[in-house]
Amino acid sequence: MIRGRSAWTAAAVCVASVLAVPSLAVLASLARPAYRVWAHLWQTQLLEVLGNTLALVAGVGAGTLVVGAGLAWLVVTYRFPGRAVFEWALILPFAVPAYVIGFAFLGLFEFAGPLQGALRRGLGDGVRLPELRSYWGVVTMMTLVFYPYVYFLARTAFREQGAATLETARSLGRSRARAFLQVTLPMARPSLVAGVSLAMMEALADFGTVATFGYRTLTESIYRVWYGMFDRAAAAQLASLLLLFALGLLGLERGLRGRARFVQSQRRGPAPEPQALAGWRRWGATAACAAILGLAFALPVGQLLVWARDAAGGLRAPVFAALLRNTLTLAALAALVAALLALVLAYAARLHPSAAVRLSARSASMGYALPGAVIAVGVLVPLAWLDRLLAGAAELLVGRPGGLLLTGSAAGLLFAYVVRFLSVSFQTVEASLAKIPPSMDDAARSLGASAGGTLRRIHLPLMRGGLLTACILVFVETMKEMPATLLLRPLGLNTLAIEVWERTSESMWTDAAAPALAIVAAGLLPVFLAIRLSARR
Amino acid sequence: MRTITALGAVLAGALAALLPSAGAPAPAEIVVYSARSHYNQEPAFDAFTKKTGIPVKIFGGNAPELFERLHAEGDRTPADVLITVDAGYLWNAARAGLLARVDSPELAQNIPAHLRDPEHRWVGLTVRARTIVYNTRKVTPAELSTYEALGDPRWKGRLCLRTSSHVYNQSLLATMIKRQGEARVEATVRNWVANQPVLINSDTKILEAIAAGQCDVGIANTYYLGRLLAKEPAFPVAPFWANQATTGTHVNISGAGVTAHARNRAAAIKLLEFLSSPEAQQMFADSNFEYPANPQAAVSPVVARWGKFRQDDVNVAAAGEFQAAAVRLADRAGYK
Repeated sequence: MIRGRSAWTAAAVCVASVLAVPSLAVLASLARPAYRVWAHLWQTQLLEVLGNTLALVAGVGAGTLVVGAGLAWLVVTYRFPGRAVFEWALILPFAVPAYVIGFAFLGLFEFAGPLQGALRRGLGDGVRLPELRSYWGVVTMMTLVFYPYVYFLARTAFREQGAATLETARSLGRSRARAFLQVTLPMARPSLVAGVSLAMMEALADFGTVATFGYRTLTESIYRVWYGMFDRAAAAQLASLLLLFALGLLGLERGLRGRARFVQSQRRGPAPEPQALAGWRRWGATAACAAILGLAFALPVGQLLVWARDAAGGLRAPVFAALLRNTLTLAALAALVAALLALVLAYAARLHPSAAVRLSARSASMGYALPGAVIAVGVLVPLAWLDRLLAGAAELLVGRPGGLLLTGSAAGLLFAYVVRFLSVSFQTVEASLAKIPPSMDDAARSLGASAGGTLRRIHLPLMRGGLLTACILVFVETMKEMPATLLLRPLGLNTLAIEVWERTSESMWTDAAAPALAIVAAGLLPVFLAIRLSARR
Repeated sequence: MRTITALGAVLAGALAALLPSAGAPAPAEIVVYSARSHYNQEPAFDAFTKKTGIPVKIFGGNAPELFERLHAEGDRTPADVLITVDAGYLWNAARAGLLARVDSPELAQNIPAHLRDPEHRWVGLTVRARTIVYNTRKVTPAELSTYEALGDPRWKGRLCLRTSSHVYNQSLLATMIKRQGEARVEATVRNWVANQPVLINSDTKILEAIAAGQCDVGIANTYYLGRLLAKEPAFPVAPFWANQATTGTHVNISGAGVTAHARNRAAAIKLLEFLSSPEAQQMFADSNFEYPANPQAAVSPVVARWGKFRQDDVNVAAAGEFQAAAVRLADRAGYK
């Protein structure tokens, strides 16, 4: 039994060490501080940029919490027109890449856009809408596309608490609202915190939106130093600050989850029976859901459809089919590998929550807070180093010069995806594992099952939903991923996201619309699947 | 365990499915790392393949990241040619030893000296003029003169600028630094900032903002305007050739160099020579409203209407040499 345990620990430490290499490569840059760059940044922008970053992360955290948890509460506890549709449709914005929604909003709402143009014609030249290229603009964009994390996890948590919990609170004289604040919310804390921290990490790592909206964050400074001052070492040092932020977030998350362990102690009761809303509240609930869904999904998709109609030349069908096939294959592979590795880490932590395993899990999760291009270089440099070593060895053996095996291979790209998105699958897998009472493990083990056997026969069947959710989240994330794909993909292998990048980097939005729509459409499929599954449970 | 084995098999199979495209390139083809890939497969490359039978494989990306990939791959890189859309990163790649010297009389003859590396490691293929653009209904050309004069208080609240994070503006400032020294350029930038410019991170959006009346003047690359005018001939924005009485209008290049470890060096040189020929230069000029680098090729009709102008003939290497200084200067001056 001890042997099984240490084997899992060893596996977890191995997985985490490999996955931490890119982050460590970034941290290694600190060995030779670029004093001049730091002094310059300190004198010109560092405080402002750090303040902006904190404000953005806090704003997106608060925004996604309110919108995500609020909507989840509405659809789980109340009946109102359209609820059955909203319940699944509210996840759809997850399939919309952040860089797409930003461009769609700017296109519609900026000064030169059709809306403000019509307002000026109708009401006079002085009429202005609030400037979208601002703090609030960026927070709104990110809240709209990242809230589904919170919504998805919160909705599951609220449902799983079952009717009994809420009824107990009600029977003790609490109103629905008070019961929500005092019982439902605190009990759902692990899920809420997990969802919000994923959204906050996304906000930390984002470059596309902040660059488009001209809002200066730490990530923006990283690119300014890297691209503008030709100083990748200094940029990596700045990225280490980002890692520090991420570690702080993870620490905060552990702290907020609290010491309490939330375990479903017995068979889950039925989900709470939704209560019918009356009067204005009935339509108020409908309006709230419709407004969010309209802004976060219908509006950007509508804009893409308009652009697609205006596009000059479309892609030829075989090219498009190849893009789609590559995108789906890569995303599916990344999803499977990430889920598998997350399972190893989470299960090892369950078997033996030692400091080594906890540190492993944490260091393997750091990649999510790094911008894709920084991760990509963190992957590229060690990979190419290893590759050249291999090529040199092969040359000695075979006697003729060989090419690179790993750099620019699908395997190298997959590695980058897993480094970047492991946090997503780990959070989900860990949460679903935590709901299984440890007494079950004890029972199985006392009956002579090995650690692996218990996992296979007890845990896996119970956490099938959680594993599938993990796969789906990483699948969609990978499809949307742009910077790491751009740098690490094999020669000649293009994806939908690359196609979008090719067009948007020159502001050719009409041509980018079709591949962007394909990403959204391909992302919808697994989202539907997730809904169907969670509905059946 | 069986599920895991099955999973492994699926993984291996899917990886293998991606492999054909991941395989090493055939030695006969030229591999190009290109930051210019967003114009699709450009006709000039197709014409080269048709003429010589040598296939060209384009791998697109951002210049700074293509630089990292080239650097990391070292002497094992599959790339024969690096193409960027800005002189700065060619300069930087040459400085890092990633580009090899090419002594080609044909290139020297086809491309003017200020658009080539003085040490022959890279060469300009197209010219991109970055100049003043204005709303034709609100501004007369008589009111305009130089980039520096956009700092005049009369433009307060009427100026649109791209953010200083973008390389095009960094290059503009860099060549100005080369010409005038940091102190004078910093004064100019401070004047711009004092005019409270609207900062927009896209040339196309700047042109649209000027057309819509959000601001009256700005600075943009002319081919973006060419594209908009081709679609909508009445678009109310025109270019003004800046600094004609002083240094000439700032130009940048989209250019190429042969990599230091090219496997197909001879063919790569042949490609660059072809791309600089009048035939290929005409294709570049016709497809994207840029100016051909080879003066023998004619500009497109939309572009011809803007008339001839005097280019700043400082060597475009200045864009790389002073780029970091330009970024620091912008930071000091509060130009975001």
